[in-house]
Amino acid sequence: MKSFWKRFLANPRVIAGLAWLGVVVLVALFADLVAPRDPFAIVDKPFLRPLGAYLLGTDSLGRDVLAGLLHGARTTLLIAILSTLAAVAFGTLVGAVAGYYGGLVDDVLMRLTEFFQTIPSFLFAIVLIAILSPSAMNLVIAIATVSWPPITRVVRAEVLSVKSREFVQAAVVAGQRDSAILITQVLPNTLSPLIVTGSLLVATAILIESALSFLGLGAPNQMSWGFMIGAGRSFLRDAWWLVTVPGIAILVTVLSINLVGEGLNDALNPRLADL
Amino acid sequence: MSGSALGRYILWRLVQTVPVVLGVAILNFLLLQLAPGDLATVLAGEAGGAPKEYIDQLRARFGQDQPVLVQLMRYLGNLVVLDLGYSFRQSAPVLELLLARLWPTLLLMGATLTVSLGIGVAMGLLAALWVRTWKDHVISVAAIIFYATPLFWIGLMLILVFSIYLDWFPTSGMEDVVAFNEGWARVVDIAHHLVLPTITLSMFYLALYARLMRASMLEQRGLDYVTTARAKGLTERQITTRHVFRNALLPVVTMAGIQFGSLLGGSVVVESVFAWPGLGQLAYQSLFARDFNLLLGIFFLSACLVVIVNLIVDLVYVLLDPRIRIG
Amino acid sequence: MSEAVLHIEGLTVALPDWSDRRHAVSDVTLDVRREEIVCVVGESGSGKSIMGKSILGLLPRPHVRATAGRILFEGRDLLTLGDDEMRQLRGGRIAMIFQEPMTALNPLMKVGRQIDEVLEVHTAMKPAERRARVLDLIRDVHLPEPERIVGSYPHQLSGGQRQRIVIAMALALEPALIIADEPTTALDVTTQAQILHLMKELQRAHGTSVMFITHDFGVVAEIADRVVVMRHGEVVEAGPAADVLGAPTADYTKALVAAVPGLKPRPRDSAERAAPLLQVSNLEKTYTAQVGLFGGAARKVRAVCNVSLELERQSSLALVGESGSGKSTLARCIIGLEAPEAGDVLLDGERISGLSREQMRPYRRHMQMVFQDPFASLNPRQRVGDIIALGPMIQGVPKSEAHAEARELLSLVGLKPESAERYPHEFSGGQRQRIGIARALAVKPKLIVADEPVSALDVSVQKQVLDLLNQLRKQFGLSMLFITHDLRVAATVCEEIAVMQHGEIVERGPTAEIFTTPRHAYTRSLLDAVPGKEWISSLG
Repeated sequence: MKSFWKRFLANPRVIAGLAWLGVVVLVALFADLVAPRDPFAIVDKPFLRPLGAYLLGTDSLGRDVLAGLLHGARTTLLIAILSTLAAVAFGTLVGAVAGYYGGLVDDVLMRLTEFFQTIPSFLFAIVLIAILSPSAMNLVIAIATVSWPPITRVVRAEVLSVKSREFVQAAVVAGQRDSAILITQVLPNTLSPLIVTGSLLVATAILIESALSFLGLGAPNQMSWGFMIGAGRSFLRDAWWLVTVPGIAILVTVLSINLVGEGLNDALNPRLADL
Repeated sequence: MSGSALGRYILWRLVQTVPVVLGVAILNFLLLQLAPGDLATVLAGEAGGAPKEYIDQLRARFGQDQPVLVQLMRYLGNLVVLDLGYSFRQSAPVLELLLARLWPTLLLMGATLTVSLGIGVAMGLLAALWVRTWKDHVISVAAIIFYATPLFWIGLMLILVFSIYLDWFPTSGMEDVVAFNEGWARVVDIAHHLVLPTITLSMFYLALYARLMRASMLEQRGLDYVTTARAKGLTERQITTRHVFRNALLPVVTMAGIQFGSLLGGSVVVESVFAWPGLGQLAYQSLFARDFNLLLGIFFLSACLVVIVNLIVDLVYVLLDPRIRIG
Repeated sequence: MSEAVLHIEGLTVALPDWSDRRHAVSDVTLDVRREEIVCVVGESGSGKSIMGKSILGLLPRPHVRATAGRILFEGRDLLTLGDDEMRQLRGGRIAMIFQEPMTALNPLMKVGRQIDEVLEVHTAMKPAERRARVLDLIRDVHLPEPERIVGSYPHQLSGGQRQRIVIAMALALEPALIIADEPTTALDVTTQAQILHLMKELQRAHGTSVMFITHDFGVVAEIADRVVVMRHGEVVEAGPAADVLGAPTADYTKALVAAVPGLKPRPRDSAERAAPLLQVSNLEKTYTAQVGLFGGAARKVRAVCNVSLELERQSSLALVGESGSGKSTLARCIIGLEAPEAGDVLLDGERISGLSREQMRPYRRHMQMVFQDPFASLNPRQRVGDIIALGPMIQGVPKSEAHAEARELLSLVGLKPESAERYPHEFSGGQRQRIGIARALAVKPKLIVADEPVSALDVSVQKQVLDLLNQLRKQFGLSMLFITHDLRVAATVCEEIAVMQHGEIVERGPTAEIFTTPRHAYTRSLLDAVPGKEWISSLG
C-alpha cells in the first residue's frame, strides 16, 4: 500500500487536481462563512464589471457573482456526490449479483442494464425531472438513474474475472457461504476499478447536473454553476463574465476530478502506467 | 461470410430490438403515471388549450376506469399504429411535429459523428505514434480538457468569440430564412450554420475517442502478433497501417455505438444554445410548455434512433471482425 | 568455429533501473553452427528468452538494451546494424517462432496473407508467384487443404495448426537461422511431438540452423545437437547434447537433470487392496456452449461421459489427459465445484453428489483441493494465516486454535511460522504452492484432489513440491487424486493411472502396467509423445 501512495502522490497532475478539489470542497463546506450573504441578494447595480468593487462583478439583477460561485460549489458538489454514491451502491449491488450468480439472474439484470445504457440517458433525465418536478432530491434521483449502468458493468466484469480465480474456488471447497465469499473474497478484489470508475462518475455527474441546471431544471432557490450560466446566457454580448466565470469553475473542477481519477488508475494498475 | 447469413443476422438483430422499443414504450407509460393528473389530462397537455370534449374522448379511449394494465395495452396499441397523440400547445399531431424536426437533428448527428470519429481517431493514432513526446502531451492535454468541458458552455464561448467578436459564423438557427436561398446556395448556408453546433457537440466525443484510440493503439502495439510482424521484417509504418490500426479501431467502434444515446441527449443542450430547429430544441420547448406527450414522443423516437444506430454499428463490427460468427 | 552461422560473444543485456536485477543476460558467449539445432535451456529468469530476442533486435526498447558484446551473423555485428539493415534480416535471413500460437497471429487477417507479407516485403515476386509459394509452404508444414487454410482466419485454426502457420512463415525465405522461443510449450503433448518432428524434418531438409529456446530437458533430448544451459543470465554449461545430458559437469545442470521426473513407474506400496475411499459411478457432465450470435443454436459439449472410478484408502490415482479431455471437470464434479447431471460420487460410502452447498459443508473436512496456479489460488488481500485458518474455522475450530495450527502447518510445509502474518505477493510461486498445500491440509482431510499442482512451476521447484506432497501423503495417510497432463509427473507420484480422452476414461491400471503394456491406442500415442523418453528412461 505504501508504494501505491508514493506512486499516486508523485504524479504532478494528481497534486494539481487534489489542490483544486481541496479548495472547492473547503468552499463548499464553509460557503456560509466565506460569503455569508444570500447569493440571491441584490447587492449593487447590475452588470458591474469584474475586478471592480466586486471581484467577479455583478449579474443582470445586481447579484454578486463571486457569492454565487461560492454557494454554487456547495449545490453542485453535494448533488454530484450524493448521486454518485447512489449510483455506485445500486450499480455494485446489481453488478455483483449478476456476476456472482450468473445464469438467468445475470441475463435478466444485464438486459436491464443494457436497456438503461441504450436509451438516451440525458433525455431520460430531463423527462424524469420534468415529470417529478425540479428539486435537489429529484436531481439526485435522475442523475443516479442514468449513471449506474457503467458501474454495474465494471463490477460484473470484475466479479466474473475474480470469481473464476482459484482462491474463490478454494473458499467454496472450504465451505464458505455465498454471501461471505462475495463479501470477503470477491468484492475486496474488485475495489480498485470500482474506485476509479466511481471517482470519474463524480465528474460526469457534475456535467449532467450543470447541464440540467442550465436548462432550468436545477434545484429551485439554490445557486448552482449551471444555473448561473443559464441565467447569464441572454447577456452574452454585454456581460461575458456571467457565462465565462462559472463555466471555468465547472471545467477546472471536472478536469481535476478526471486527473485524480486517472492518477488513481495509474497508481492502482502500475503496468498500464509503464506503456 | 455469405450474403444470406448477413441477411439472417440483420433480421435477427431487428427482432432483438423489439424488447428495447417495447421497454421504452412501457417506461413512457410509467412516467405518464408518475405525472400529476390522470393520463388523459397529461396527454392533452396539462389543462393547456385542450377542449374538454377532447379530454373526455381521451378518457374514454384509454379507459380511465379500467385497470392500469388495460390502459397500458391501449397505450401500446396506439404506439404500434404510430399514433403518438396530438399536441394542443403546438396545434399539430405529435408524429408530424417529430418528423418535421427529425432531419435537422439527423444532420447534426451525422456531422458530429463524422467529425468526432474522424478527428478523434486521427488524434489518438498520432498521439500513440508520438507517444511520450511533446506532441503526444499536447494532444493528450487537449483531449483531457475537451473531455472536462461542459457542452453548453463551450457553445456559448464559441458564439462569444466566433459570432459576436469575429462575426464569422451565425449565432443561431439552421439557415437564413429571409434570404430564400435555393440549391447550392442553401446547402452552403446550412453548412455555414452547422459549423459551430457541430464543433460544440463534437468536442467531448472527439476527446473520448482520441483517448480511447490512443490507449487501444498502445495496448495492441504490445501484443504478440506485432512482435511477429516485426520479426517478419515489416516496417513500423506497415505494422501500424496493416496490423495495429484495424485491431485498435474495434473498441472505438463499440464505444461510438454505446455513446450514441448520450450524443443524442447532448443535442438537447446544443440545439437549445444554437436554436437549431431539431428534436432537441423541440424537447426544450415542450419541457417549458409542460407538453409531456410531446416530450415523451421525442424520448420514444430518440430511443428508436439509438436502437437503429446500434444495429448499424453491430453490422460494421461484424464486417470489421471476422471472429464474430454470424451463421 | 569457422562453421558458426551465429556467433555471440560477451553479450550483456541491461535491465531498467527499477528492476531487481541489473542484467538479464551477462557476458554470454555461444555459437550456432551450420545445419545444427542448439538448445538453450534454463528455468524462468535465466535470460534465455531475452537473449533470443536480442539477436533480432526485438527487445522492448528503450528500457531493455544490449550494453556489451557482439552478435556476429554472416560477417556483420547485429548490434551495430541500423534499423533498415536489421529489417532486411528479419524474416529474411533470420526468422523467429514464438511460444503462444494463439496470440502470435493477427486475429483480423487471413493466415495466407500473413505468410504472404514475408514474401511481399522481402522479394519482388508477383502476386501469383507469391500465392503459389504460400500454398507450397502450407503443404510443407503438412496442413490439410492448403486452398482452404489460405483463406482462414487464425481463430478458425487449432493451436497446433497456428504454430504450423508460424513455422511456414519462418521458412518462407529459407533463412539461414531460425530462433524458436519455447515453440511447443503452449501445446498439448501429442501436438508438441508432431511439431518437434516437423521442425526437425524441415531443418534437415532445408539445412537451416536452429536456436531452440526451452525449459524442458525432455525436448532438449529429443532434438538438440548441442546444448547451452543458462542460469541467472549466464551460461553455466555448453556442449554436445550427448555429453551435457549424459554426463553433466556443472552442479546446476546435474541438479536440473536430477529434477526431471523420470519415467520409472511408482510401485504400489502394498499388495493387498484396501476398502475404497472414493467411488464414482456413471458420472455425466455436459456444458452448453452458445454458437454464433443466434441464441438458439446451442451446442452441447459432453465434458465427462459415463465415468466410473474408485480410489482406495491411502492410495493415489493420476488422471492423465490433454487439454479438453475433461479431467479437470471430473475433479471439479468430485470435489463439488460443479454439479454432475447424472451419476454418483460416494465418499466413505456416503453419497456426496447432488447435495446442496449447505448439506455438503460437513463433508468438506474430509476432502480438500490443491490448485494449479499459485498466483491465482491465494486471495491477494488476505494474510496467509487467515487463508489457511478459514477452512478449520468454518468447521467450528476456535479462531486462536485455527491460527496456531496454521503456523504449525506452515513449518510442516517448509515455511517459517511467521509467514502467517504476511501477504501472498511476498512469496515465490513454489512457496505459494506450499501455502496452498498447507491450506488443504488444515482441515485434516482424508482425500486431496490436486489439479495440475506443479504445471506452473520450474522443474527444480516442481520436484521439491512433488517430494513434499509424497512425504505428507505418507505422514497423514492421505489418498490423492492427482490431475495432470504430464505422464512423467503422474509416474513419479501415483501408483495408479487413469487416462482420459474426450470425457471418457479410455484406460486405467497400475502405473507400471500402463507404462509397460498400454492397451489403448491413445495411451500408446501419449507415451510415444513424451519428449526425450529414451533419454529419460536411461536416467533410471
